[in-house]
Amino acid sequence: MSKQLIKLRVNGEQYELAVPPNKLLLDVLREDLGLTGTKRGCDDSSCGACSVLVDGVPMLACVALAASYQDCELTTVEGLGTLDALHPVQSSWGDAGGAQCGFCTSGFLISTKALLDRNPHPSLDEIREALSANLCRCTGYMQIYESVKLAIERAAAAKAAGAGS
Amino acid sequence: MAQHSIIGKPLAMIESGAKVTGLGKYADDLSVPGMLIGRILHSPHAHAVIRSIDSSAAEALPGVKAVATGKDAPRPYGILPIGHDECVFTKDKARYIGDNVAAVAATSAEIAEQALDLLRVDYEVLPAWFDPLLSTEAAEHWLFADKPRNIEKEYHHNFGSVDEGFAQAAFVREQRYFAGEVNHAAMEPHSTLAIWEPDGRLTVHSSTQVPYYLHRTLAEVLEMPMSQIRVIKPLIGGGFGGKSEVIPIEIAAGVLAKKAKRPVKITYTREEVFLAHRGRPITVVDMKVGLTRDGKITAVAARVVQDGGAYCGYGPVTVLYSGALLGALYDIPNVRYDGFRVLTNKPACGAMRGHGTVNVRFAFESMLDDLAREAGLDPAEVRRRNLLKAPCITVNGLRVTSYGLPECIEKVVERSGWNAKRGKLPYGKGIGIACSHYVSGAANPIIRSNIPHTTVHIKIDRDAAVTVFTGASEIGQGSDTMHVQIAAEILGVRPARIKLVAADTELTPIDLGSYSSRVTFMAGNACLEAAKNMRAQILEAIAAKYKMDPALLDIRDDNVISLDDSRLHIAFDDAIATALEFRGALVAKGTYAPPEEARGGKHKGAGVGPSPSYSYSAQTVEVSVDTETGQVRVEKIIAAHDCGRALNPLTVEGQVEGSVYMGLGQALQEEMVWDNGRLMNPSLLEYKIATTLETPEIESIIVESIDPEGPFGAKEAGEGSLAATIPAVANAIYDAVGVRINSLPITPEKVLAALRVGASFSSPSSSCSSRGSDGGAK
Repeated sequence: MSKQLIKLRVNGEQYELAVPPNKLLLDVLREDLGLTGTKRGCDDSSCGACSVLVDGVPMLACVALAASYQDCELTTVEGLGTLDALHPVQSSWGDAGGAQCGFCTSGFLISTKALLDRNPHPSLDEIREALSANLCRCTGYMQIYESVKLAIERAAAAKAAGAGS
Repeated sequence: MAQHSIIGKPLAMIESGAKVTGLGKYADDLSVPGMLIGRILHSPHAHAVIRSIDSSAAEALPGVKAVATGKDAPRPYGILPIGHDECVFTKDKARYIGDNVAAVAATSAEIAEQALDLLRVDYEVLPAWFDPLLSTEAAEHWLFADKPRNIEKEYHHNFGSVDEGFAQAAFVREQRYFAGEVNHAAMEPHSTLAIWEPDGRLTVHSSTQVPYYLHRTLAEVLEMPMSQIRVIKPLIGGGFGGKSEVIPIEIAAGVLAKKAKRPVKITYTREEVFLAHRGRPITVVDMKVGLTRDGKITAVAARVVQDGGAYCGYGPVTVLYSGALLGALYDIPNVRYDGFRVLTNKPACGAMRGHGTVNVRFAFESMLDDLAREAGLDPAEVRRRNLLKAPCITVNGLRVTSYGLPECIEKVVERSGWNAKRGKLPYGKGIGIACSHYVSGAANPIIRSNIPHTTVHIKIDRDAAVTVFTGASEIGQGSDTMHVQIAAEILGVRPARIKLVAADTELTPIDLGSYSSRVTFMAGNACLEAAKNMRAQILEAIAAKYKMDPALLDIRDDNVISLDDSRLHIAFDDAIATALEFRGALVAKGTYAPPEEARGGKHKGAGVGPSPSYSYSAQTVEVSVDTETGQVRVEKIIAAHDCGRALNPLTVEGQVEGSVYMGLGQALQEEMVWDNGRLMNPSLLEYKIATTLETPEIESIIVESIDPEGPFGAKEAGEGSLAATIPAVANAIYDAVGVRINSLPITPEKVLAALRVGASFSSPSSSCSSRGSDGGAK
């Protein structure tokens, strides 16, 4: 299939790429942009490991054609924070055991970021509901909930510190 | 050691930054210039002679750089020395739908897939065997000519006097139990990047739990010296046993890279992960247990048939574990075991979390519950009345050095409110209890030798960084962090000073791999020894320079200090400079080999089961059963696990909860469904692992029995809890609605059927035959 020139905005960066019109967003992120933090864990949109934010809404990159998302603001796990300045969901995932093997982690972080952006103080049931499209085979989800709770505390503490200064 | 500064404290995994930022690299994240993409051609037939393969059209397709078939890698291999029965591309015949027939490497995935379509394979379809109970009656068309009646292996063990034991029992029960087949379903599909180096060497980055065995096998199959091959394990997205033997993809990538003289990457689709499989086999357990009136177990006899699929794999080990740990959780004087590993035309089974122990534990703990009821005893109390008295040797020769099971039982009984709930909850609600145990590594290696099971090197140079070299494999369980904790604790430095180099066969010494829960005990002990050795070298140098007794020196908080007074206080960096002047180089090693007395008895098959130490678990499960639909909802699970000592409580809790989660999946919802050898649910959409919505609250309780030989007293934490969950669920269902389900998974259909007849549901034969048992060609 002949290639098509597309423009994507990912993690605040503008990219111009020549890709086949049937190329999946997941493959463009991983192969063309080198953003391999977004993972492929299944063949059929069942695992959630490829979740990315499209204008702040979590979506599966494995069932999205890259060419269809040219006017959107895309965020991958690489856009959440940096090693020097981790987003609260990132630091809490490490500190509270949310990441064991880590393969599902980026998908969970994306779903959690979206949840906390629209609901900064979710109940446990709301957390479970929001994360129900992401599969984790390692944790039994308990330490994932702990990680979310810690992220909420840290975000609140950061906000309070910001307000105080 | 009295006071620890790092051991026993919750510590984030050292690689968590790489994982939460997406910067860490798993095998499929790697790419190198000139890299080709490989794809594998799988057999569409369950059993078929391969008459010929015409690859000319595929080879002629522009962009195709290599096509490989059986003749390109004819040497058979297998994880066990007695089981070298598979070739990377089968040479003579295909033995299951999905068997590996050929592979292609091309400049793009699309071209590789087109090339697969151009391969012409002439198959002669044979009758196939799908049911393990019927497969052994086959008069012809065996999977292997030298495996009559499709029996891979059988073992018969008899300890004590089982018949006398049953004669002494007041209550004897016999029952058949069935367990469906389950897959590890690690989130990361297997992936391998094989790089043919300009100097004719091969570098392989692979999603493996066992870099050393992969290294060996690559050398054997590719007919290259091990010294010319380097295996590197990147981050691994979960293993659970599914990456604990050499998977065809790993050899296929090597064969293609060697042939094309180019780097080749192959990554499985999720469907291919299910076809590569190596999961927990369909198991039929005929269990018989005797109990005295006062609740003492007098004897156990079990006949176990495991449906091993098409190749040997770990099969003989799986069936031996089933027998070896059957009678070793409690004090049982008489144990008989007859185990059969059977070949069928389906993907090969192998090691999966709780290897071999899980399905027999389901049967035993279910039956113990029924016996307790028959005797009018509390099931928790029956378990208390059959405890071992450690240290001891079990009837089948397993050495038990520490035994936290009594405390595990007490903890879950107390925490769950067992005494107030058992038998007293309203109809439809129930509570169950069960126990389990597991090895902390195998005391005998797969390939018998006197080489240590693990070696760890430590070096410190002028930068005063402590570099720990270990062959042990981090697969998400905390191996890397465990090494850092132990080295930092002994050397008295911050964890940040430790640089870990792991699982790279060119740099790191031998470790047998991440399986049988061996890493903390074995690699941990080797790391402990290496760190102590290094500490001694540093302190001896300082003592020599300052003319002091090294026994009066210590390293704490990155300083060498004297213990008798505060006279000496040297920063670690300066201490290292002194030590280098004194010794020239600072290198240390530690090794671990299990002690002779931990290696078990002398009977045939005695090599499997012995471990330097065993973990123990007790669990309570509370359920609600919807009597209209048969739906079981698990309300809460409390799991107490004796891990010896929790080096990192955060990780131990995560391992216990993850084990419970995986056991719960097998208990209620996971099963590979077959139709005449074709897997009907090879995707995560249809093979249902539990989401957040189906997973109940799991509470983990750490029990520390302080094993005398474990590093700081530690033993395994990652597998032992799985097996208790399943019977605890079954027992809770009985408590709730009075029906006994003897068949896994416990689906609403089975519960409803049992409720309708008001008794028990167990129809192993129907479950087996639903897989197709016609023995005919398809």
